[in-house]
This record gives sequence, C-alpha cells and structure tokens, in this order.
Amino acid sequence: MMKRFVYINDDSSQNLYCDNRISNRKYTILNFLPKNLWEQFRRFMNQYFLLIACLQLWSLITPVNPASTWGPLIIIFAVSATKEAWDDYNRYLSDKQANEKEVWVVKDGIRKHIKAQDIHVGNIVWLRENDEVPCDLVLIGTSEPQGICYVETAALDGETDLKTRVLPSSCIGLTPEQLHKIKGVIECPNPDKDIRRFDSNMRLFPPFIDNDLCPLTIDNTLLQSCYLRNTEWACGVAVYTGNETKLGMSRGVPEPKLTAVDAMIDKLTGAIFLFQIVVVIVLGFAGNIWKDTEARKQWYAQYPEDGPWYELLVIPLRFELLCSIMIPISLKVSLDLVKSIYAKFIDWDEEMYDHETMTAPHAANTAISEDLGQVEYILTDKTGTLTENKMSFRRCCINGTFYGNESGDALKDVELLNAVINNVPDVIRFLTIMTICNTVVPVRSMSGNILYKAQSQDEDALVNAAARLHMVLISKNGNSLEINFNGKLIHYEILDTLEFTSERKRMSVVVKDSEDGKILLLSKGADEAILPLSYAGQQIRPFVDAVDQYAQLGLRTLCLGWRELKDDEYKDWSQAFKEARSTLVNREWKLDEVCQRLEHDLEVIGVTAVEDQLQDGVPETIETLRKAGINFWMLTGDKQKTAIQIALLCNFISSEPRGQLLFINGKTEDEVLRSLERVLLTMKITSSEPKDLAFVVDGWALEIILKQYRSVFTELAILSRTAICCRVTPSQKAQLVELLKSCDYRTLAIGDGGNDVRMIQNADIGVGISGREGLQAARAADYSIGKFRFLKRLILVHGRYSYNRTAFLSQYSFYKSLLICFIQIFFSFFSGVSGTSLFNSISLMAYNVFYTSVPVLTVVLDKDLTEKTVMQNPQILFYCQAGRLLNPSTFAGWFGRSLYHALVVFLITVHAYADEKSEMEQLSMVALSGCIWLQAFVVTIEMNSFTIFHHLAIWGNLLCFYGLNLMISAIPSAGLYTIMFRLCRQPSYWITLFLITVVGMGPVLALKYFRYTYRSSAINILQQAERSRVATFSIRDLDSQLKSIEKDVGSLASRNKFKSSVYEPLITDSPTATRRAVGPSAFDFLQPAQSRDDQNAGLLEIVCMLTE
Amino acid sequence: MNPTGDSTPETDGATERRKKSKKPNYSRFTQQELPACKPLLTPTIVISTFILIGVLFIPIGLASLSASGNVVEIVYRYDIDCIPQQSQDDKLAFIQSSLTNKTCTTTFNVPKNMKAPVHIYYELDNFYQNHRRYVKSRNDKQLRSKAYELETTNCAPEATTPDGSPIVPCGLIAWSLFNDTYSFATQSKVIEVNKKNIAWQSDKDHKFGSDVYPKNFQQGGLIGGAKLNESIPLSEQEDLIVWMRTAALPQFRKLYGRIERDLAANEQISVTIENNYNTYSFEGEKRLVLSTTSWIGGKNGFLGVAYLTIGSLCIFLAVAFIVLYLLKPRTLGDPSYLSWNRNPDGH
Repeated sequence: MMKRFVYINDDSSQNLYCDNRISNRKYTILNFLPKNLWEQFRRFMNQYFLLIACLQLWSLITPVNPASTWGPLIIIFAVSATKEAWDDYNRYLSDKQANEKEVWVVKDGIRKHIKAQDIHVGNIVWLRENDEVPCDLVLIGTSEPQGICYVETAALDGETDLKTRVLPSSCIGLTPEQLHKIKGVIECPNPDKDIRRFDSNMRLFPPFIDNDLCPLTIDNTLLQSCYLRNTEWACGVAVYTGNETKLGMSRGVPEPKLTAVDAMIDKLTGAIFLFQIVVVIVLGFAGNIWKDTEARKQWYAQYPEDGPWYELLVIPLRFELLCSIMIPISLKVSLDLVKSIYAKFIDWDEEMYDHETMTAPHAANTAISEDLGQVEYILTDKTGTLTENKMSFRRCCINGTFYGNESGDALKDVELLNAVINNVPDVIRFLTIMTICNTVVPVRSMSGNILYKAQSQDEDALVNAAARLHMVLISKNGNSLEINFNGKLIHYEILDTLEFTSERKRMSVVVKDSEDGKILLLSKGADEAILPLSYAGQQIRPFVDAVDQYAQLGLRTLCLGWRELKDDEYKDWSQAFKEARSTLVNREWKLDEVCQRLEHDLEVIGVTAVEDQLQDGVPETIETLRKAGINFWMLTGDKQKTAIQIALLCNFISSEPRGQLLFINGKTEDEVLRSLERVLLTMKITSSEPKDLAFVVDGWALEIILKQYRSVFTELAILSRTAICCRVTPSQKAQLVELLKSCDYRTLAIGDGGNDVRMIQNADIGVGISGREGLQAARAADYSIGKFRFLKRLILVHGRYSYNRTAFLSQYSFYKSLLICFIQIFFSFFSGVSGTSLFNSISLMAYNVFYTSVPVLTVVLDKDLTEKTVMQNPQILFYCQAGRLLNPSTFAGWFGRSLYHALVVFLITVHAYADEKSEMEQLSMVALSGCIWLQAFVVTIEMNSFTIFHHLAIWGNLLCFYGLNLMISAIPSAGLYTIMFRLCRQPSYWITLFLITVVGMGPVLALKYFRYTYRSSAINILQQAERSRVATFSIRDLDSQLKSIEKDVGSLASRNKFKSSVYEPLITDSPTATRRAVGPSAFDFLQPAQSRDDQNAGLLEIVCMLTE
Repeated sequence: MNPTGDSTPETDGATERRKKSKKPNYSRFTQQELPACKPLLTPTIVISTFILIGVLFIPIGLASLSASGNVVEIVYRYDIDCIPQQSQDDKLAFIQSSLTNKTCTTTFNVPKNMKAPVHIYYELDNFYQNHRRYVKSRNDKQLRSKAYELETTNCAPEATTPDGSPIVPCGLIAWSLFNDTYSFATQSKVIEVNKKNIAWQSDKDHKFGSDVYPKNFQQGGLIGGAKLNESIPLSEQEDLIVWMRTAALPQFRKLYGRIERDLAANEQISVTIENNYNTYSFEGEKRLVLSTTSWIGGKNGFLGVAYLTIGSLCIFLAVAFIVLYLLKPRTLGDPSYLSWNRNPDGH
C-alpha cells in the first residue's frame, strides 16, 4: 500500500498506525549485550583478536596466560560498550522527556491533556504559541483570521527564519467549536523523509463544506520538532506519529567515512597479517620437523610415540598465538583516542572562532582529521561561501534605462528617485514586481517597524530596496497583500504562487489588483529563464546587454517581467493548476508543466543587479591553499559571468595573459563534444607553459557531458587545476564530487546552503559554513566553520598536524609490536622451535597496554613546524597530500627498524646473559628492559618538540616500568619474585642495557643526522630555518622568493614530468603511488607504482626532491 | 477561545539561541601552544653525542674486559672421555645400563691462582630446558606448600603414579634432575665441596616449601634423573632448586657447589665423576667447569669486546661526520634548498 488514509477524529481507526512514542534508542536492556557485541564483532580486527583469545584458552598451545589477550580485549570492548550504553541512556532520557510532555488533544469532542506519546494518527492536536510540535500535523485551524501561522523550523532544517504555514482552503473560517467535531479523511503518502514535500489531499465529511478534494502541500503541515511562533494557537490533525514522522524517518546513521590514512593502515595491517601467516607456516613446519627429528631423542621431553590427530596443528597454532601480537591490539584504541583529541583541538581553536557570528568551529566527525591534510581538490560553492551572502541592491535597468551606473548605487540615483516621484509607469511596475513577487513575510516588530523575514537573501535585498524607493510591503495575510506606495495603500489579492525551483529558475505570482480587478502575472527569475518567455517582438537586446554588463561587475542579476491575464485564461489555467497541485505522484513535474503554460508572452521590464560582497580573507586563503597544491573547483548556481568575475576577484583564476579560460559550451551533444575536445587539446598543449588554465562549463553542457562524455571529461578534470562550473544543480554538484573521487582524489566540499548538502555529504570531507542560509549545510558537514578563511587553518594546521601525528602513531604501534614479536621468533630458534614464549604473560600484556602505549600518545602535542612556518610555506602540505609520512616504504623502514632492534636486543641479551646467567626469568627481563629503553629513545628521536607532557610520559614511563616491576618482584608468589632486585644490583645488567640502547639507536641517529643534513627534506630545511631565521634570513626574504617562484610551479611540474626517470626512487612516494596501494588490488605495494601523468605527480617530485 | 488558558508562555527563544556560540575557554593547551623545546640534529649536537659515547664506552669496555680476563676458568668436557673405550660405539647402552661402572677420574692442572670461592658448575649443551613441553611441566603451588600436594596441573606426563597418587615434585623438570656427581682431590687429599647455599635464598624461602617432602618420586617405570631423599624437605634439596631455575638457552651452566679454598697455580686436581646423566641420546655435551668470579660475573669477554668495538665505531663516526662537515659545509635552513625556491632550469 503506497498511501495511508487518515480519518480525522475517528477513534475506531486510530490503531492502524503506531502511536507517538519516539524512540531513538539503539538498544534495550535485554538486547544491549548481544547487539552491542555483534556490532563490535563485525570489525575484522575484533574478530581476529577474539579468535586469538579463544585459541589461548587451549592450554596445550597457549604460550602465555590467556589473560594477556583477554584482559586488553575485554577492556577495549568494555570501553566502547560503555560509551554506547551512555549515549543510548541519554537518548532514552531525551526520548522520555519528549514522550511524556503534556499536549492538548481532542477526545470525544472535548479537549484533554494527554502525554505526547499517546497521540494517535487522526487525533486533533492543539498547540499554543511557542509550543513544540509533537508529531507531523496537517494544519486545520489557527488563531489568525487569515488562516496562517508561523513556525520556526530550525530543528528540522536549520533555517532560522520564520516560515508561514497556511490553512488548507476547505478549513478556512472554521470556529474552534467546529474544529472539535470535524470529520474527514486525509489521503497521504506513506511516511518518507522528504521535508520539502507532502503531496496529499483532504476531504472533509459533511456537514463541513462540500465534497471537494482539497490539495495539501508541505505548506499546510506542521512538522515534528518545529516551534509555533507569533501565533496564539493552532491545531492540526496528526498524520505521521512517533518514529514515522518526517524527522523520525530522516534520522539515520550516516555511513562512516574512511580516511586515506585509515585505508592505508588497513592495508598495512593486512600485509602484516599475511606476513604473520607466512611466519606461522614456516615456523610451524620447522617446528614439526624439529620435533620429529630432534625432540623425540630428547627423552626429558617425553614426546609420546603417537600423538592425537591434531598433533601436526599444535606447533603452528602455538606460533600463531605467539605471533598474534604482531598486530597491535592497542592500535584501534589509541587511534580513536588521538583522533578525538584532534577534533577537540579544532573545536577549541581560538583563531577559528568567528567573532562576528559568535560561532566556534566544530568537528562533527571526529574520525577524519587526517584527511584534511591530504586534500587535493576543494569544491566550493560561491554564494555564502566565498561571498558574505549579504545582498545589497546596487543597480538596475528598467526598460533600457540604466540606473546606478554612475554612483554604483541605484538607491541614490536621482533619476530613479525622480522617476518614482513622477509615477513613471514602467518604474512603478518594476517596483511592484520587486515588492510582490517573492516569498518574503513582513513582520511588525514591537516598535512598529516592519521587518522582513526572507528565505532568500536576494528577495530580502529587493524588497528592502523597493521600500527605500517608497514602495513598502506592509503586510501579507493569507491571500491579501498590502502595499504602501508614497503614502497610498494598495491592496492585492494573491491568487496563486508559482514557486521557485532550481529547475525552473524563476518564480511567479498571480495577483488581482483590488482596485481595478485586473489579474496580473508577475515573474522574476534568471535571465535565461525569463528572457526567452518575452512576447514576440519585444526587444530583449537591452536586457541581455544589461545582464552582461552587470555580470562583468560580479553582480547577481534577476530579470523581471509581467503580463496581464484575461479572466477566462486564468480560470482555465487555475483549474489545471489546482489539479496538478493535488496529484500525489510526480506532482513537481506536473506543476512545472502547468506553470509553463501560464508563463509566456511576458513583457520583460527590467533587470536588477544585486551585489554580494566577498568574505574577508578569501583571496588570501585561496592563494595559500593553491600554493599548497590544492586544486579549486567552483560550483555555483550563479551566472557564468558573475562566477568568472568573482573567481577573478578571489584569486581563483588569473586574468590574461597569465591565465586563460577555456569555455565548454554548446547546446547539442555534438557541439558540447567538440567544445570539450577542443578544450582538452588546448589543455594538453599549453600544460607546459607557465599559465593558469581553467575551464568553465555551464550546467546545461555539464548535464550532457556527465551523461555522454564522462571519460573525456574525467581526463580533463585530471589535467585541470581550476574549474568553474556555473548554473549547476545540487545533484550535479554531487556528481562532480563523485567524479573526482572516482579518480582517487581526496575531495573537500565546502558550502553553506541547502543546495550544497548533497555535495558535502558525498565528498571525502564536507565542510559547512554556518551561514545566513541556515545551518543545513553545517549540520550535514563533517566540519563546520564560521568563515571561509578558516579553511586555511583547518587544512594547513589541523589537517597537517593530524596526518603527521597519526602517521607516526600508527607506524610506531606496529614497530613496537613487531619488535617484541621478532624477539619471540628469534627465541624460538633457541628453544627447539617449540613455541615457548620468552616473555611472561604480565610483561607481554603490560608491554602492549602500558609501557609502549602511554609515551607515544604525547604525539598529539607534537609539532614539527610552527603554525606560522606552515602558513608561510604552504607548499609543505605536499608531504601530507602525497602520503610521504605513511606509505609502504616508510612502513618498510619501521619494519626494518623493528627487525634490527629485535636482533640487537636478542643477540646482546643472549651473549651477555650466557652460561651461568642464562636463567629464564632474568634473561627475559633483560630483553624486555632493552625493548622498553629502545622504545623510549625511539619516541624521543622521532618527536619534534618536547613539552612537559612529553618528558613526563617518556621518562615517567621508564620509571614506572621499574617501579611496577620492582613491585611485582616483591610478591613471593609471582614468577618474577626477586628478579628485578637481582638485576638492578648487577652492574652487568646496566652495562647490557646501555649497550643495547647505543647499538640500537646509534645507527638510527647517524642515519637521521645524515639525511637531515645532507639529504634534507623540505620539512627539515624549514625546521632549520625556524632556528636560524633570525641570523641569516628574514621572513620577508623567504616570502618574496616564494612569490616570485610560485608562478613557475605549474610549469615546473610539467617539465619535470619528463625527467621522472631520474627521480625514480621518489616516484613511489607520489600521491598516485599511495593511491595505487590503497586501491583494490591487495598488497601490491611492493611493486614500484607508476606515476600518473599529471602535474601533481610532477609537482611532488620537484617539491619533495632535493638534489645536490 | 484559546487553549493556552492561563499558563505562562515558555521563554525559550533567547536561551536556546545558539548554545554552541558559547565561546570555549582557551588555554595554551587547547591552542596547542604549550612551551616546548625543539632539539635539532645539528652537527654540534650529533658529533658531540658520538664522541661522548665513544669516550664513555672505551673505558667501560676495558674495565669489563680486564674483569673478565682476571677470571680463571677450567672447563673440562667429559661426556665422551668418561665412556670406556669398549662402549664408545654404543654410549646410549652404556649410560642406560644399571650394571656398568660409571665412575671416571681425570686430573687437570690449575693454570693460575684461583681465589676462593671457586665455583663448580656443570655445563650442558644441546639440552632444551626451554622446550615448550618441558618448561611448563611443573607446578609451583605444589612445590610451595604441602596443602597443594594434589595440585599436579601442567605436570603430565609425570603428574601421578599409575594408581593416581600425586608425584611430589611433579613434572618433567624435576623428573629429569641432573645426577652426575663430582668429587675433587689433590694428591689424595680430598677437597671439600660446599653444596650449601647454591640455590637462591628466595627460592628456598618462598618457592620451595619446608614442609613438602618428595613422594612417589622416580618410582615409575621410566627413571629420569636423580632420586631425592624423601626425608629432606624440598627447601633443602638445593640441587633440585637450582635445576628447576630453568635455563633460557640450550647451553647453560648450573652451580654444583663451591670450593671454599684457594687453588694454587699448577696444582694438580683429580676429579672423580659419576657419569650418570644421559645426554647421549640427543648428542648433548657435558662439561665440568671450575671458575672464579668478578664484579661482572664469570668469564665472558662479550661485553668488553662489544663496548670497545662500539666505542671506537662511535669515535670513527664522529670523525667521519667532522670530515664530511668540513668537506661539504651546508648552511642549515637555507631556503634556497627548498625545491620550490629553485629555478627549474637549474637542474
């Protein structure tokens, strides 16, 4: 059944649907444990650790106490379960509060107070001013005589302006007594989550009016979570209740986003897992062979002649358990922890606090900060993102006369003012359209002033401008509208509103002049949506020119037109319109069609030009981020010319001759294809010249391209660093994001309005600007910021630090796990490949959970370069984009280091503690101490800056290690009893550890020093420069140098591309290479990846390369 | 007609306005601006570190080496010598037979003065005390207290006698207790061997109970190693305690006893060995070791040599870095090294 029938005020049918009990809870007390465990075990890592833990229960094969795995596993599970439970409990509390709220509902003809959760579909609910709407209602009565009420929908869509809701036509004029007894049926679709549509009908039963079917739209509804404002009371019929409301349906868990770093870590984990399997198989084989050849001769081991059937498996399984620590169990927890701290740092950042709107930055998604540092493409909206979205009316052109061209402000243009005073008919008509053709709601404030509540900033600007020109919109009550023109009141009756949609790109109203009874169609819209509708024979040339001229100046233009309607024509059309409005399927499409039937033969009367100022710091931000190698695409619904103008203003593109714009246009498929191919060719040819190339495409061509020529366009997209896409729809924006993502680029989408939501959700990272168009974008986004300029800091500071920190933390986690595991493996060669663990259970557990986890967490405070340096040298971001700090080759370095350190620890321990000293507990403690010392120094040498926390964590941890082990050594029943005391008294223990540390760290230090001084990376140079800056180079020097060279970067890139073979070893470090490794083919990273033939790879090569 | 009645309207407008606009409290921590020191790997720091290490390591190495060099050690491998000529082809049969005379004697010369106490060790090679099957085959609870006599978990296959009564001490380790014995003499004068206090005092006090007496030990069909005197509690059975401190490596020495007098240089010492322990089935080696001791332990040149090597390597590295620094001086932090600051045609 696709529809539901709601019988108003009919108790017999109300149990068909659920009651109004809201439940946001994921769990109940009974199913919490199984459900939560099930969720947690869907992760591969958890399954793996559970398997290991279960195997450990088998005492024949376990090398250590099962507690060493069960302990951490249970802790990890308990932590996430507790967090879930706490969240769920809070949800339960807020649900309960909402459910038990008292509401007025009509029962048996009388108004009663009941709990919100007991509302059923069909009930009539009464609301007072400032009440929250408890469920989705169809409005049937309000206190306002015009049959309207006002709601605030902020909780639903984030828009803070008041919205008008109107009574369905058949309910107008009903008294409260009648409303108590009203009966009828509402035919509406099944619950969905679309908060913009409610395509249904209502039919009231006699004695109420006729049998007429009354169409309902979203304007006739009060949706759950909205607030009733400025209206004494309102009442409505419950149509959707509980979790079936629009709000309830749109609630959903967003897909978790996976960062490139996460993907890389997963890959590396997979690789280590494979390595582990190989080790297990090899050692398992070796163990079984050794057992059969040697161990049987060792009478003291008493190997039975015939073992059980599983005997062959025992030794491999023991090694599996022994090697299971290769995959660090603490990694996930540590990563989650540091990631939430990164997110907090963003929330806390004072420099990103917007004092103007009092908004602090917020990281809604705590898991993807690293991705910020790896962004390659930024797709940005224009209006409200780059600009203030604070519109002011600047110029206009009325029937060929330009106003405001001299002063730049039409409102001060004497000619216009004179024309208004002299009642020039065209000017009056022009002002009338400005005033009437909109959805602005005038609200009288306490002081008697009229305030306009507008959803669109353009309309707001137009209405305000008209008011300044003495045409004041006074009130708009239901269908009647009042205008004060030069002290004279004019009444209009609004017959129909043909709403704005992004497809139609225009809106119209049909009004009836109360004085002369004439019916007028007033339209306003984009030039290409209005000008073609002009009547045959009208000269539209002046308007085209005006639009062009204004667009050149970066102004937003709207064309205004009108037509008088004949009574008959209107009547016919009105019928069709009513029908279209009450259809349930395809309503939007049908409405479009019907509207088109009316909107033709317009007399175009003029063009308005509205200015939208650039936000502070936009050009600088874009310049910096482009220097950082980030490509910008501007996706806007605005006109091509306006878009280009804004793009020039904010350094998006350079003007000739430094830059060149390539246009892709055309109306037919052939034209578009030809244009596209031409642009592609130009792009290829000129890519070697030092020129900023950008292509410009409009929505129409883009539609064809995305359908037909995707591959050609993809090729172009890869080549092009800058693009301007104008006149694009929200879904096209999302498609462009998808396209770039499919090329393995990290994309960041930034926008402020509802039309950016899809793009924001689709992109790897969505950033919302908490702007004037409401909070919709900011809510859908992973990060919300107050102003565009904060993006620079978000990426260069937070993104970069996060990436660097996670890169170190994850690799270090593997390093320390591998270190201890390699030692176990080496030891197995000295213990008859039988799978004995050198370390005892407590040490193993504490090693992973304590000794090695705590010091490295201070990485969240590590800064390789100061924020200032990074901002001055944004090019340094290349290192993060290319993934140069975490990729298979850096990982191989850490792998090698752990192997080397394991060898050092093991060989030195075995030799120093040979013969009479080779007691098991002592030797194992010496080896463990060696590991702890080494890891402390590894953390030290890899950290770039030391705060008090670093010292506390690193050296405090070392002290804790001794403190803890001395304590355990004092317990008589412990295996470790007296061991640590004995060791600490032996000079040879300290001498051995000293040796281990120096042999382990010496080469690391020497190599690091050598690379640092003679093969310095750009990071190293900047670190050194920070130090010696004062001495030799002033910052300005550096800056000017950068500036002069910057323009060549593009050309540099392409030129170096041809030399790529010279820099062979670094190609693997290009972003492409990283990408390939992340790609679907598993574990193929050992082969050197091929460089993609784009300038990014080339850029990276030169930037990251330092030759003699 | 108004459903609001007399209740006061809620005043939520202002209060709920932008809860998030509450400006956070800023501190140096939240701004990631904690005072920090940023050590750089400048040539001065690195080179002086290496020199310092070199300067520290060489004397320590010399000291260790001389300490180890001063230790006098006599090692005598007897596992082959102690098999009579006629049994050399089948050593296993010889050692397993209960009829053969397993006593053998030999003499050796004391190369240098050995100061008391002279430690007597037995050394086993290719003996895997750390084998997974072996190392776990014990029960510490049972060893510790009489109350846990029945605890034989992990001890299989030497946990209980066929009739089910527990073996004390149970497990493979105890069962395979080393049972060669040595006695020493100079020109018919017996040298006393002190077998007291060869085990760790902590083990005697806390790990092996004074009320635990051996029971059912070595009574089974298969005899492993030494038998224990059932009238002596485990805490006094020092050979057992020493043996049960398992070795981590397949070659190990264990303390057998001490000679509490100096041995003069060139003194001839004759040793009588009861060669009972079977290492022949797995080609293990047995040695008798007499050794003095020093602050660093027994004779072990490894640490000394390693320190000297590493010390000199560090000095060498430091010199190499100095030379490199002089030959190829590099201004640290020169922005002209930044690739994006360089002319593309420059290379």
